[in-house]
Formats: sequence, structure tokens, C-alpha cells
Amino acid sequence: MLDQLEQLDRPDDSLDLKYVRKVFFVALNCGKTLMENGAETYRVEDTMYRIATYYGIENVQVFVTTTVIILSMNDYSLSQQVRITERNNNLEKVVNINDLSRRIVSGLNIEDALIELKKISDSRIFPMWLMVMFGGIAGSMFLMMFGGPIQDLAVTFIAAATGVFITEGIQRYTSIKFFTEVLAALMIALIANIYVGLGIGSNVDLIIIASVMPLVPGVPITNALREIIRGHFLAGTMKGVEAGLTAVAIGAGVGIVFVLVG
Amino acid sequence: MNIFLQFFFSFVASFSFGILFNIPRKHLIASGITGACAWLTYYILLQGFDINPLLSNFAGAIMLTTFSIIFTKKFRAPIIVFVTCGLIPLVPGGKAYEAVRNIVESDYSKALESGAQAALISFSIAMGIILTEMIYELFRNISNRVKEKNHAS
Repeated sequence: MLDQLEQLDRPDDSLDLKYVRKVFFVALNCGKTLMENGAETYRVEDTMYRIATYYGIENVQVFVTTTVIILSMNDYSLSQQVRITERNNNLEKVVNINDLSRRIVSGLNIEDALIELKKISDSRIFPMWLMVMFGGIAGSMFLMMFGGPIQDLAVTFIAAATGVFITEGIQRYTSIKFFTEVLAALMIALIANIYVGLGIGSNVDLIIIASVMPLVPGVPITNALREIIRGHFLAGTMKGVEAGLTAVAIGAGVGIVFVLVG
Repeated sequence: MNIFLQFFFSFVASFSFGILFNIPRKHLIASGITGACAWLTYYILLQGFDINPLLSNFAGAIMLTTFSIIFTKKFRAPIIVFVTCGLIPLVPGGKAYEAVRNIVESDYSKALESGAQAALISFSIAMGIILTEMIYELFRNISNRVKEKNHAS
């Protein structure tokens, strides 16, 4: 029974402190990278805990929310917190960190793990033009899925690409996501309305729905619900609020144009 | 023919989202297939059998998670890679858009109706995903337990 209680009075601090600090660095930075790139909270906690315990450190406590990570190695009186200020979806890093943690558990030593971690954090994302292009393609595919007419295909491509360009491009220079999203939705609605106003396009609604799809926070909302049901209430509500704000921003952008057009 | 086209469109849409979410190149095809199967399940149930959109989305989400779990096992990648991209075709963007449009037209009762529908659909998708994940975890844990017992004896 006693081994289920937290053993704070007789710590096992037999390991070399330099080694422990290295393990701490690896675990904390793995967690930070995962959280910044869109992994689920339970995966982050699990990965950090696994890494620390694999390297022989007992009595590890991890607390992860959407905006902060706290890692404590209680036996060594080590505890640090890092703030997560920017979050985006870069699942390649999530996959790589996941691979790294698998390799650690199957016997990678700490020095190699440090080198691997550096490599992962330096890895680059797809170039901007490619993302913009595929944003456009995704939008036009949605138009076809929803049964839109072929003559709206070109404008949907342009509108969706513009939306991705604005969110991805301006996001790098500003910290306020809300306004870039409003702007992106506004531009999309504007393009669609102009095009239909010129008499070429036929269905404003479908063009806007399809082009706005790359911005719609469907994934964050689902992830928020998944977190909440798994018992991570704080992280889940934070993600939910973030997703809700995005939805409001898109609604506002589209709404403004409709109010203007009448 | 129509179904084949739908498969193609949703495949390309999920594939493109894979690039937007920056998933590793080797998983792009798999996530495209996941998305296409989820969308087809939803589409066939809704259009062919005229089943309630909530239920069709629920079934789509179950299909999505099943495929994601298969690919997760195969490629040893985190499940979020496939779920994220495959989820995209199911997102009820149209209903949410209707809600915004109705608000702008000051038709609040209609806006509430479409808004509630959008919320319920996303809820049922999340439920489908979570339920399948939970059932999978349950089976995995039980089979691990059984294996351990066999190993011990």
C-alpha cells in the first residue's frame, strides 16, 4: 500500500546530477516541441513521463496544459515550467518526437537523444508556396464534393489559396491570430462576391463554404472534446475557447462582407 | 461513377490538408485514404440510405478512426496524424456558414437552428472518434493482460 503513496521523505537521488539534468532537458524539450506542434495533451504527458522513467528517474510529475508545461523530478528537487506561446499544426515534428521516444525506450543513450532532439527542432516545414497551392486545391475539391458547378472551380482555388496565404503568411509577423483570420475570411467572401457580381460565378454560398474550409477549426474542436472526455479539463477548455474564437473570427469576416454587400 | 468521383475529391482534399498540417510525406497517401473512406461512409449513408446526418457523421467518424488505427499500427505513427487529415471532409462547415448567413440576415431562430446542428454534428464526430479509440484501447489492454498471464504461467 505504501508504494502507492508519494514518497517525498526518502528520495532516491543516487544518480549523477549532470546526467539527471540532461534527462530533464530532453524530456522537457520533447514535451515542448510536441505541445507547440499540435499533439494531444495526454500524449505529451505520457511521452515526457516515459522518457524520464526510462532513464531511471523515479517520482516524476508532469503537468501539461495548452499554454504551460510543468515538469518536476521530485527526488532531485528539480522543477521547471515553460510557457507555450505559439501553437501550430506541424505534425511532422510530432511524428519525429514520437519516433525518438520509441527509440529512447528501446535503448538510445542520452547523448544520442540530445543530438536527435536538436535535429528534430531544426527540421523545416513545407515551403509556403506549396502550402498555399494545396490550400487552393483543398478548397476546390470541397466545391466538387458539395456538388458545386465547374465554372466556380477557378475562383474557389484563388479564394482558398488567398485565405491560406493570409493566415500562414501574416501569422509569421503578428501575434494576434484573430485578426488575420477575420481578414482571411473577409477576403474570401469579397473575392466570391465580386466574382459572382461580375456574372461569371453562380453560387456565392458554395464558393465561400469551400474556400473557407482550410480555416475552419474542425480539428481543434474535435481535439478539445477528446481532451475533455479523457479528463484533461483545463487543456480541453482552453483548446475549445481557441477554436471557438477562430470560428467567431471566420463568421465575423464573412458576415462583414454580407452586411456591406447587403 | 459518382461515388468514384467523390472518393477522388475527398482523397485529394485530405491529401492537401496533410500538406497544410505538414505531416511527413510517407503518410500523405494513407491519410488521404482515411479521409476518403470516412467521407464515402458519410456520403453513402446520407445520400443513398437517407439516414439522419448526425448518425451518418457518427458512422463516418467510426470508419475514420478504424482506418487511422490500422495505419497507426502499420506505420507506427501517432494516431493524430491520420485522424487530423481524415476528419477534414466531415467538418460541418456548411451548417456553420448557414448560421452566420442567417445572423447577418437577422433571422436569429434559423441561425440558432443551423448553429445547433453544426455543434451537434461536431459533437457526434468527436463521439465516434473517442468511442472507437476507447474500444480499441480496451481490447489492446485486455489482450496485453491475457498475454502477460500466459507468459507468467
